[in-house]
Amino acid sequence: MARIELNEIAHSYLRNPKGESDYAIKRIHNVWEDGGAYALLGPSGCGKTTLLNIISGLVTPSRGRVLYDGKDVTSLPPEKRNIAQVFQFPVLYDTLTVFDNLAFPLRNRGIEPSEVTKRVHEVADILDLTPFLKKKAAGLTADAKQKISLGRGLVRSDVAAILFDEPLTVIDPHLKWHLRRKLKEIHEQLKLTLIYVTHDQTEALTFADQVVVMLEGEIVQIGTPQDLYENPEHTFVGYFIGSPGMNFLTCTLEGNVAQVDGAKIVLDEKTAALGRKAQGKLELGIRPMYLEVSPVPVENGVPAKVKVLEDQGCHKIAVLMLADKTLQAMLPEGKPVPEEKAWLVFPPQWTRLFADGRLLK
Amino acid sequence: MGIVVDSVTKKMGRETHINNVSLELETGTTNVVLGHTLAGKTSLLRLMAGLDRPTSGRVLVDGRDMTGVSVRKRNVAMVYQQFVNYPSLTVYKNIASPLKMSGMSKGEIDRKVRKTAAMLHIEDLFERLPSELSGGQQQRTAIARSLVKEADLLLLDEPLVNLDYKLREELRLELQDIFKQREAIVVYTTTEPAEALMLGGDIVVMDEGRILQTGPTPDVYHNPATLKVAQVFSDPPINYLNGTVQAGTAKLAKDIEIPLDGHLRSVPPGNYIFGVRSNHLSLSKVAKEDAEIRVKVELAEINGSETFIHVNHGDYRLVVQEDGIHSRRIGSEIPIYVNPCCFFVYDESGALVASPPHGSIQERVK
Repeated sequence: MARIELNEIAHSYLRNPKGESDYAIKRIHNVWEDGGAYALLGPSGCGKTTLLNIISGLVTPSRGRVLYDGKDVTSLPPEKRNIAQVFQFPVLYDTLTVFDNLAFPLRNRGIEPSEVTKRVHEVADILDLTPFLKKKAAGLTADAKQKISLGRGLVRSDVAAILFDEPLTVIDPHLKWHLRRKLKEIHEQLKLTLIYVTHDQTEALTFADQVVVMLEGEIVQIGTPQDLYENPEHTFVGYFIGSPGMNFLTCTLEGNVAQVDGAKIVLDEKTAALGRKAQGKLELGIRPMYLEVSPVPVENGVPAKVKVLEDQGCHKIAVLMLADKTLQAMLPEGKPVPEEKAWLVFPPQWTRLFADGRLLK
Repeated sequence: MGIVVDSVTKKMGRETHINNVSLELETGTTNVVLGHTLAGKTSLLRLMAGLDRPTSGRVLVDGRDMTGVSVRKRNVAMVYQQFVNYPSLTVYKNIASPLKMSGMSKGEIDRKVRKTAAMLHIEDLFERLPSELSGGQQQRTAIARSLVKEADLLLLDEPLVNLDYKLREELRLELQDIFKQREAIVVYTTTEPAEALMLGGDIVVMDEGRILQTGPTPDVYHNPATLKVAQVFSDPPINYLNGTVQAGTAKLAKDIEIPLDGHLRSVPPGNYIFGVRSNHLSLSKVAKEDAEIRVKVELAEINGSETFIHVNHGDYRLVVQEDGIHSRRIGSEIPIYVNPCCFFVYDESGALVASPPHGSIQERVK
């Protein structure tokens, strides 16, 4: 097990990178604590796989150092870093039995046969693979195969970290949660450092204690699922986490009141004070779940037009027009539904301000 | 114009893909075909399009038997799951391609291509090749190509399934607007209940090559006629507990007792299956009549705006859906709550006996 430190990492795939845009990783400087469950989340092209490959040693960064428990491993290849990797597609020997597949990494290292048998049985037990130990890997389902790939990493007692690159891509949607649960369990039992790359928010938020959100080669936020939902530090995080994402409205400030095309939205004292000091483009942000919608005029209610009401069964999504700006709100089942006009209330405790995309705090 | 599918069966070798299906769809309607993977949704679209010939039965268009008439001779457009475009043609030429053979003037083609591209926000990509587009842009191009010729029958086979969730959100909203403006029969297949509800219109619920239920989409959602329909039309699949009704109460899963009030009052004594959707299970007690269920946590799945807590009550596996982020430790024992007014009751054959009267479900503030 290891604590992994990324020290001033930058990476470009070009031989002579010029501007910032030539870098797949711009500047990353952070620590992955021993025993943590991390997800690396971001849209395609954000640099998350490059970063994972730098951690594993498949890619040597153009700049900066990678430390495992304080030891510089920057120039070491993956096999010298004691890490295990699980890829999108299961990597195993189809013609070998499940037992032999799991035993392979141990036999390769000259481990005693009795120790090999013991470890393989332990790991098979954790992964519910015991009934399949004598079967050939070839005939198994995709999820069983992916569990074997994972098991090949777990059998080694000295493994520093397990790195996952979108490991549930080939798994049937109905079975995904079983594997998600298995991964969680393994983390709780074995306290291994796990790093999981995905573009899917459900994967990331379900798996990780800490989610690392990346955008354009940089980390925009590291936080718990709740942090990312309730306190997104960047407008991108607000947009990317949650379906639908956070609403953003360009605004100006007058005292404690945010003005959006003439509509007045009262902010709390602290948020407004931060806004008055801030430089750059000011935006107000609120999650669809926290935006209150009334079919009749209410105190502090901002009048809006109802464009669409989307029934999703458990709730409705109202698409609303505030002047020429579009907002979405989540209406719980059974709540009175507006028809053409609605009055919006922005609860101050859930209304945030962003300057040039960054949360004011 | 209207299309009638009359007692159609489609066999492939020894497998029956479509089993005696009959349907009538009219112009100007949006029809959602909902079903799990392999339910027969794609097979049904292909038969309607004329891409496949039924083993038995007929397909009528405007009363004329079109069974076996090639797709080329029909005014049909289809969008597939995979992004299908001509790889060597630019976006502009891809969109224009269905009009090329129609003998339309260049000016008219240009006007239509630009109008359709604008609807799908790809008018700035005209000169690009499909390989230079993102997945979302490729599918927008494919959809534009299907819309440009104003087909009488517009078939979309899970068009958003290969897009990431942010693109899906955007396109779903736009498609609703586009369908409203069409003078066509729109048929849209999906595996997702939320997508079906959002598109509205009428629904055809399918399973194993058969039609299970049809009707206005919200009506079917609120009154799934069988347990199977309730399963297909709930995401996560509807939770169920076996129960016995006697002497004015219902006993579920041996140890949960609920009074027979409201819509449950008329349920005669006997054995039943009680179904409840995940959003009607709750981590906190909301109303005084809520019944408590002791459960063990399997996993809290968080999807961004909602949390799905997988739990076990004895041998029953249940999923609780809550808005917002709620972490729960695996293996911890917690109470969950359900309001008896939210139960669907099915008899032992799976037929609906009682459903929550629409509008009776009060706001459950969580």
